[in-house]
Amino acid sequence: MTSAECIAIVEEKFGSRMKSKKLDALDPFIVVDTSDLLDVCRFLRDDRRLAFDLLNCISGVDYFEPDPKKAPKSGFEPHVEVVYHLSSFAHQGQRLVVKVSLPRWKNDKAGELPEVPSVTSIWIAADWHEREVYDLSGIWFSGHPDLTRILLAEDWVGHPLRKDYEFPLEYHGIRGR
Amino acid sequence: MGWLEGQFQEEGFLVTTLEHAVNWARQSSMWPMTFGLACCAIEMMATGASKYDMDRFGAGAFRATPRQADLMIVAGTVNFKMASRVRRLYNQMPDPKFVIAMGACTCGGGPYYKYGYNVVKGVDLVVPVDVYVPGCPPRPEALLEGLMRIQDKVKGMKGFSKNQPVDVPIPSRTGYVQLPPELADPERANEFAKRTKEQAAPVKA
Repeated sequence: MTSAECIAIVEEKFGSRMKSKKLDALDPFIVVDTSDLLDVCRFLRDDRRLAFDLLNCISGVDYFEPDPKKAPKSGFEPHVEVVYHLSSFAHQGQRLVVKVSLPRWKNDKAGELPEVPSVTSIWIAADWHEREVYDLSGIWFSGHPDLTRILLAEDWVGHPLRKDYEFPLEYHGIRGR
Repeated sequence: MGWLEGQFQEEGFLVTTLEHAVNWARQSSMWPMTFGLACCAIEMMATGASKYDMDRFGAGAFRATPRQADLMIVAGTVNFKMASRVRRLYNQMPDPKFVIAMGACTCGGGPYYKYGYNVVKGVDLVVPVDVYVPGCPPRPEALLEGLMRIQDKVKGMKGFSKNQPVDVPIPSRTGYVQLPPELADPERANEFAKRTKEQAAPVKA
């Protein structure tokens, strides 16, 4: 089944709860609300026609232009996105991308991480992917069994793949730059 | 045999200083620690393997524990998370101990100098380094050269009570490679090039 047909099935089930879709992209995707994410994902996995039983990867994307001069021309409002790439073993070659859009900081307070429900209960493979996204992009996955840093040291400050991240000047007495 | 040749004044007797003899033994058995952190480790493995054969210099016995190692070849990018481990491993090594910083990353951050948020800008910020081997990654010959510099340093060690070399000796080897006789002077080199070119030319049917 093509991605467009998959999206049609999801649209038929969820209707207006699906915020938007894009069919002419290289990887056609749907955008859903954070509150609907778990429902949509469970449907995508359990529906016999779709059977998306494989989560390929989770990505965190920071849409932010740190240069105030370039910011108006950037073509997007500052926000972060979590992207889920799905594919199916049952139906070979069937793929779909699900996106969730979030504010850069929860309640617009810098340092408070935006929250998205964890999909570890649906795909166990999400465990380490979510830890990596949390570590580098700073997105809190509520309901994750053990959401700690996976790549950087436990006492690291900040999330390096955020566009406004400031490099550490020193770390435990070792000069940083 | 190196310095032993022609030293035997009488059969079975040899006159030397104890220091010299100990340093000779020490430099001929520099046991490095297995310590590959990134891509430089591949070159380090090549150096230890049969083609470049680090065992010629007595440094082929890579130990998996710092307790048995004299030499730490820091091969690869050191990040902040690893830095404390590097320092601990260095502290666990018995004296006298030596460190080779292998590759651009360990010499000074390398390609991660500007935008590497988690890379230590040179392993000398963590442990004292004796020899720097630059390159990305350095060729095995370069690492062997670095090892020979370490051996020169051992050769100059003085005093059994002191742990570190007292003064840095002038290196006796410069890394100069003697050319084979057919390339020694330009005339013969030309001739050699011509001959090889003729040999390589395809045979006309």
